[in-house]
Amino acid sequence: MFKFALGRLMQAVPVLLVVITVTFFLVHSAPGGPFDADKAVPPEVLKALEAQYNLDQPMWKQYLSYLGDVVQGDLGPSFKYSGRTVNELIGAGLPTTAELAFYAMLVALGVGITAGITASMRPNTMQDYIPMSAAMIGICMPSFLLGPLLVLIFGIHLEWLPVSGWGDIPGDKILPSITLGTAYAAYIARLSRGGMLEVLSQDYIRTARAKGLSEPIVIAKHALRGGLIPVVSFLGPAFAGLLGGSFVVETIFQIPGLGRFYVQAAFNRDYTLILGMTVFFSTLIIIFNLLSDMLAIWLNPKLRQEIRGSN
Amino acid sequence: MRYSHNVYLRFSDSITLASSAISKGAALLGILVVLTSCGTSENNVSSGNRTGTLHWGNGTEPQSLDPQIATGVPEHHIITSVMEGLVGKDRKTLMPIPAVAESWEVSDDLKVYTFHIRKNALWSNGDPHTANDYVWSWWRALQPALGNLYAYMLFPIKNAQQYYEGEIESFDEVGVKALDDYTLQITLGNPTPYFLQLLDHYSLFPVHQATIEKFGAADERGTRWTYEGNLIGNGPFLLVDWKINRRIVVEKNPLYWDMENVKLNRIVFYPTENATTEERMFRAGQLHVTNDIPADKIEVYRSNKSPALHLAPYLGVYFYRVNINTPHLSDRRVRRALAMTIDRESLTRNIVKAGETPAYAITPPGTISYQPPQEFRFDPEAARQLLADAGYPNGENFPSIEILYNTNEAHKKIAVAIQQMWKKHLNIDIQLLNQEWKVYLASESAGQYQVSRAGWIGDYVDPNNFLDMFLCGGGNNRTGWCNEEYDRLILEVAPAMKSHEERLAIFSKAEKMLLDAMPVLPIYIYASKRLIDPSVKNYDSNLLDQASYKDIYLDGESPVTMQVDK
Repeated sequence: MFKFALGRLMQAVPVLLVVITVTFFLVHSAPGGPFDADKAVPPEVLKALEAQYNLDQPMWKQYLSYLGDVVQGDLGPSFKYSGRTVNELIGAGLPTTAELAFYAMLVALGVGITAGITASMRPNTMQDYIPMSAAMIGICMPSFLLGPLLVLIFGIHLEWLPVSGWGDIPGDKILPSITLGTAYAAYIARLSRGGMLEVLSQDYIRTARAKGLSEPIVIAKHALRGGLIPVVSFLGPAFAGLLGGSFVVETIFQIPGLGRFYVQAAFNRDYTLILGMTVFFSTLIIIFNLLSDMLAIWLNPKLRQEIRGSN
Repeated sequence: MRYSHNVYLRFSDSITLASSAISKGAALLGILVVLTSCGTSENNVSSGNRTGTLHWGNGTEPQSLDPQIATGVPEHHIITSVMEGLVGKDRKTLMPIPAVAESWEVSDDLKVYTFHIRKNALWSNGDPHTANDYVWSWWRALQPALGNLYAYMLFPIKNAQQYYEGEIESFDEVGVKALDDYTLQITLGNPTPYFLQLLDHYSLFPVHQATIEKFGAADERGTRWTYEGNLIGNGPFLLVDWKINRRIVVEKNPLYWDMENVKLNRIVFYPTENATTEERMFRAGQLHVTNDIPADKIEVYRSNKSPALHLAPYLGVYFYRVNINTPHLSDRRVRRALAMTIDRESLTRNIVKAGETPAYAITPPGTISYQPPQEFRFDPEAARQLLADAGYPNGENFPSIEILYNTNEAHKKIAVAIQQMWKKHLNIDIQLLNQEWKVYLASESAGQYQVSRAGWIGDYVDPNNFLDMFLCGGGNNRTGWCNEEYDRLILEVAPAMKSHEERLAIFSKAEKMLLDAMPVLPIYIYASKRLIDPSVKNYDSNLLDQASYKDIYLDGESPVTMQVDK
């Protein structure tokens, strides 16, 4: 397992290098620069600014010095937010985004797995159709629709929950977590239903039932472990997706997370911020994929066997 | 609105009955509630009214709070709460009023200003606030390495521009002198009637030398001196908290010279980027004042006669630039025909709809009593004749025109309306091209456009602020239009005028020349749009949309009730 993890991490280095290189040259080739504004920037000012951020150097020099900084963990200064470093901006947004992603994941797993198992217990009955139709709606409903809808109902009409913010007013974390978690809950519902159905048709389940075990025990002790493997392998990408894809929810609910910086950075041509966030998210995705693969291996004896065989 | 635990319980209970699948979800909700709920349950507006805390929708996260680096409106709001210039503005009329300077004299030739600084004006750490602070601050503002985009605001000061551009080595030759600790003498290059107004622009605010030097070199960008805990200011409030993308909090400054007249205890600025979210926050009582109103909501507030709706004229003009180097747009008659077939009354009434007014000149009417000349009106008949005279009777053989705008729903609506007006009245074909903001800026500055959307917001109330955009080769001209006589009027003749009226007459003459050549098509004068809770008092809409935070107070007992549609 250790060798497997190490090998995967080694593979990550060239992947990250490609990501940095492509992003670096893409952002620098986009029309318009970080200091363009609707009011004309005098040439003296532009020169001073470009000198300060090394933009007056040849492109290859800028690229190499950026790589050098990244290796040391320094993502550079933000162009737009004068005085803030990219590390600082990521540090400011990450706890919020991670917390949001964590709660959204709780919602997704809790609702998704429950719905999936419920559906798989009586396939092709109402007990299957209702949660699965709900899941389909959840998948199709974009968060920019679901968010405002929830706000209108629970925030403005019923006045039960705050309409925006994060940790400012009691209860303000509920609506964003549900909004972000719903689509993932729906995926997880479908994945766990599929996984459970496959497992429930296996011989060893029949054996368990034949032994006279009650259905809840069959499900909890025997079926769940195998049935949830598809969900586990989805967790890594899902968590990375929750972290990187929270922009819409962060905007709707005025949440000070990373997503808002990422999109604003692109509009502002804040080169270092775009690059820094891309490097950061790429690293996260690689790590989460690795973790979920390792979890899947741990859960699945077949895969464990394969790893051992290849070693 | 109250958030009590009972509500959550009832909420969860009712769901538990529904189905077992969803009940697990409700249990999770319960966990979330436990994780998040604690403390009081009162909305921001009512708690703010009780504690003297103003909750202000501020648009975006400020890029900097350094007054010599910042450039935007959100930055302006925060900076003016924590810093102050020599001269302030009356919150209604915008006329200069004493601020850090308790009085001043102006010489007969209108070139020498002598300011007397209050002895009780202190920096927020208790340091004395002297005339030398201004000399140092303006020296810093003119260091090219600082990258100050507003350095030109100091150019009316004698030799400031020459110093900035390196023609003069020594700052001693720039017209700023501390006669003693509390007397500052400023010598201008030319009489500049709007000079007092400039002193209330943040780029001319004093900055605290010791603090800046503690955190880096004087001309170094992006040091940490503006952070909470570091920033030393001289304004009515102190920066106490800055959470990136979450909020900025300022509190009453006990050392402020006019402390007893500051009514608020605290202001919380929120980076409300999304106008729709902001409007919902306002409805839920989370904000006293919004930065904007979503276009489709204005009608709702208007028809409900909501006292929260505040629309007011704003010192800005929405216009189209015409690239006069485009072959078929190089003829003045064609450009005039285009200007005369935009039905601005209909456009402002039916499309933009937020209190904007039709513009027939580039300077907004009423800019320090200046009334711009009206050189044309909506007249399709005469426009067709002009187009025919230019060789395109009934629009025949006229190549199509492309309107460039930055991607935005509102700009698109306007462009589509104008496209139809030109087709209908002139029978010419128009294409629309939208580009992302920075791409659009690059295209426009490079002259790679035919007709392009533009907007200009005044920094100070004077026609000069609008008319000097179109000087030959000026960075904001971008139309290719150049008239030496126009330049002479703006740069030499107007500043030399002794009386206000004579000066305005020169501006009027210059603006006539501009409108005669028509390298720009004025469309409308902006309106400021805000939702303001009726408990906010002493907030007066003005042309610059600037609030005087020290005057504002909150009165939650106000008899006005809000009629806001749910």
